[in-house]
Amino acid sequence: MKFMILVKATKDSEAGVMPSEELLTAMGKYNEELVKAGVMLAGEGLHPSSKGARVRFSGSQRTVIDGPFAETKELIAGFWLFQVKSKEEAIEWVKRCPNPMLEDSEIEIRQVFTADDFGDALTPELREQEERLREQTEGKQG
Amino acid sequence: MSNIHATIDAVWRIESAKLIAGLARIVRDIGVAEDLAQDALVAALEQWPESGVPDNPGAWLMAAAKHRAIDGFRRSAMRERKHEELARELESKLEPPDLVSAIDDEVGDDLLRLVFTACHPVLSTEARVALTLRLLGGLTTEEIARAFLAPEATVAQRIVRAKRTLAEARVPFEVPRGPELAARLSSVLEVIYLIFNEGYSATAGDDWVRPALCEDALRLGRILAELVPKEEEVHGLVALMELQTSRLGARVSPAGQPVLLLDQNRALWDQLLIHRGLTALDRAAARGALGPYGIQAAIAACHARARTAAETDWTRIAALYDALSQLTPSPVVELNRAVALSMAYGPAAGLEVMDALMSEPSLKNYHLLPTARADLLARLGRYGEARAELERAASLTRNARERELLLARAAGLGG
Repeated sequence: MKFMILVKATKDSEAGVMPSEELLTAMGKYNEELVKAGVMLAGEGLHPSSKGARVRFSGSQRTVIDGPFAETKELIAGFWLFQVKSKEEAIEWVKRCPNPMLEDSEIEIRQVFTADDFGDALTPELREQEERLREQTEGKQG
Repeated sequence: MSNIHATIDAVWRIESAKLIAGLARIVRDIGVAEDLAQDALVAALEQWPESGVPDNPGAWLMAAAKHRAIDGFRRSAMRERKHEELARELESKLEPPDLVSAIDDEVGDDLLRLVFTACHPVLSTEARVALTLRLLGGLTTEEIARAFLAPEATVAQRIVRAKRTLAEARVPFEVPRGPELAARLSSVLEVIYLIFNEGYSATAGDDWVRPALCEDALRLGRILAELVPKEEEVHGLVALMELQTSRLGARVSPAGQPVLLLDQNRALWDQLLIHRGLTALDRAAARGALGPYGIQAAIAACHARARTAAETDWTRIAALYDALSQLTPSPVVELNRAVALSMAYGPAAGLEVMDALMSEPSLKNYHLLPTARADLLARLGRYGEARAELERAASLTRNARERELLLARAAGLGG
């Protein structure tokens, strides 16, 4: 299962206050732990919303709105992509994260859609043997 | 609040390998170490529903296991001096949790010892696979049994016997050194790739792909790559698995039909995994000449880089198969090389290599050779020979559906 781990913005992060060296070190260590455990697929920090933009859709109309945006606590300041076995495992990993902000903060955990969620399309028959035929003949490899 | 048992499962998955590895260093027996770890898990299952999950669950489990070990030694009727010493040593190693981070490297070393012990050559391949998934992957016996479609009792037996074999053979809990390291490492890589392939093209069962096993293998590979970052073949294997996994979603049509690589919708390939695969391949290549896994990853990378099937760099793929065939010569690699040659330089070039394989005894009953050869013959307009090859392939396959397909193709060539 893949989970997107969303670090919510705070007043500081939106104001562009850079994290302390101590926090950067702790985060670096945490990231290293995630990589060593084979859990982290990707992760990035985001600039404040003042450097971002939104595109609003209404029927066929597109309206561009420049940042910053008001509802700070709903904004995102960074993310990870985890590969884990359960939501609980994602939660356990997130609990080990240092507080990503100098103030009170929140991290949201959301499951990523995968092919499995679209039903059991990967079904059988004696396909498997036919598959191996392609498997071993490169150029036709599946 | 999530279900406490699911939470304990999650903690177990995160902590169990480190726990067992740390205990094994002290008790020098992975069977005993696993029993102690299991005792700690039982204690957690008893206490955590009441007390809540502790702030540092890993340290809690380790302390519980060590206390259990000390009790066991103390209570032991034998009361040998050796045990007293062990008990004292254990007590001295009950570090407070804040010291845990300071011994990070030690944790890595322990894990690596556990990897090499679980994949030790005194064990059968099946035993290595089961033990690796159990001790390092944190899978339960039931999960392993389900993954390999074996009865749970069989897998449990296999694990018990494997642990006994390791104890009887007095396999030291250590990382091999010097020239032994390369051979032992390749045994570890083989086990991981075997697990991966069982997921990628299942040899048994109804589903012909089991993505969960691919994920378990990938996770093991990624962990190993961080444990021995200087070993290029580890990165080669990780690259190969990342790149192959990137295509999982495109290998099956919505109707459940397998889709050939060149027919796959490349928009369905997982770009993140491709990126990770290419990065791992770079890490492998940065360390010198590629090994067999690295070369296979480089071949997979040629496909991953091609935006359309027509853009595939077949010349490079043929060259890579040539290199692979020199490192690990095998008729199957030769056959792949022939196909690549035919894509790069036309059917005649491939046919020449395939013709040479005709006398290969190990391919005598291998229906893929006449199937591939028929394809090239047909492209050269030699329909009569192509038909004969397809009929021969049909007589060699044991799969009824495949036989039908081959015969239909033969009939389609007229005659």
